[in-house]
Amino acid sequence: MAWTPDQPIIRIADVHKSFGPIEVLKGVTFDVRKGEVICVIGPSGSGKSTLLRCVNALVPIERGSILVEGQEVNDPKLDKLALRRKVGMVFQQYNLFPHKTALQNVMMAPIHVLKQDRNEVEARAIALLRKVRLAEKAAAYPGELSGGQQQRVAIARSLAMNPDVMLFDEVTAALDPETVKEVLVAIRELAAEGMTCMIVTHEMGFARELAHHIYFTDRGVIVEHGPPTDFFACPRDPRTKEFLSQIL
Amino acid sequence: MDTVADWFKWLYAAHGINLTIFYDPLDGNRFLRGIGTTLGLSAICIALSMVIGIVGAWVQGARSALLRRLVQGYIQFFRNTPPLIQLYFFYFAVGSLLPRVTDMHGAQVPPVSNITWAIISFSFFAGAFNVEIFRAGIEAVPRATIEAAEALGYSRLKAYIHVVLPLAFRVSLPALNNNLVNLVKTTTLSYAIGVPELLYAAAQIWSEVLNVREMMNVLLISYVAIVGALVLVMNRWERAMRMPGYGV
Repeated sequence: MAWTPDQPIIRIADVHKSFGPIEVLKGVTFDVRKGEVICVIGPSGSGKSTLLRCVNALVPIERGSILVEGQEVNDPKLDKLALRRKVGMVFQQYNLFPHKTALQNVMMAPIHVLKQDRNEVEARAIALLRKVRLAEKAAAYPGELSGGQQQRVAIARSLAMNPDVMLFDEVTAALDPETVKEVLVAIRELAAEGMTCMIVTHEMGFARELAHHIYFTDRGVIVEHGPPTDFFACPRDPRTKEFLSQIL
Repeated sequence: MDTVADWFKWLYAAHGINLTIFYDPLDGNRFLRGIGTTLGLSAICIALSMVIGIVGAWVQGARSALLRRLVQGYIQFFRNTPPLIQLYFFYFAVGSLLPRVTDMHGAQVPPVSNITWAIISFSFFAGAFNVEIFRAGIEAVPRATIEAAEALGYSRLKAYIHVVLPLAFRVSLPALNNNLVNLVKTTTLSYAIGVPELLYAAAQIWSEVLNVREMMNVLLISYVAIVGALVLVMNRWERAMRMPGYGV
């Protein structure tokens, strides 16, 4: 059955994942629709990051199903390249390639992986760096950039592959408070353009403002979910209440 | 040119220091050819040993336990035995097993020349160390950086070529430097199977002219110069590969 854009772009169904004896995901189910921004929040160790990493097959799942545009991720014959073209990911620690300049970081994957024309890629990479307000840092190496600047390069690098979905894994957790904002601005603009985003975050204000839907995870399950206004105003589950009372 | 020759003739006459290589064309040519052979032998062995190191380090990360064990066995064999014995083993033991071939003059000759055996032997000898040197460099590349490449659609091989190797190389360079210096010095062992390299040429000269003391000094100074040039090039390379903003 072919996937059509009116169906959810990501369908996560009953996903289980263990690391050794520790079960990190104990049956997680939800859908993400095209153009939707969802935020996953919850205490540390609740499986948020693992869930994201399962979506682009960095971590294999044991049970359940993850469909990305109709493509089953939990399939031994999975075409990982096809999946990762559709799904971009930005990491907590930026993970830029330190031996390449900002511009080269953005250009590498489209040239090496997609075999696109270098000149065309360069023009697009410059435009992407301008978009994240780093045009003047194109020739700088990651080691010469601040954390916030590196993270914006990482966002541009991911966007250069023209993904349909962006995964953000606690992308501001390693940043100084004053640089958090510049990264959040970049994500906000992306969301406003209609990019489908799955965001794992501890920035509650950001989640409340940006998300169409919030999922609260604890100990491997989704405890509660809903639109941000309801979720933050009147949480029902005691675990959500406790978490929010600690964090807000 | 004549003035140089005359001066060395005078040096011999006045002080008994006999450096025939500077005034006798036959000895001069022998010496230059010796240097040429040493440089050529070193260059080829450096290149081959690095290829062996890179491929070996890649295979060490392979899934197949058999392949990994083969590489491990190779390293143990070449690291734990003296290079002179390895050279003898190739030249006398392996070489004598090969069928003779007829050369252009109709003579029965071994199919593999002594210099080729020297190249094979030293390349594998230095290559065994290079595998370990590159493996250490590869292990120093953060898992998260490789993950970022995977998330961008890089296959294992592509990530190895474009991300892992360039970073591992920078970490490996100081150790590689040492091993290549050792390799250049090890080429003198090929004297034992009659390869006309620098030591062989010098021995030929001193056994005819009986200027052992002079030629010993010439030999030492020549190796200081050759290895010094190699170290200079390696240091330049190290500087050129420096990543701005990082210590390495």
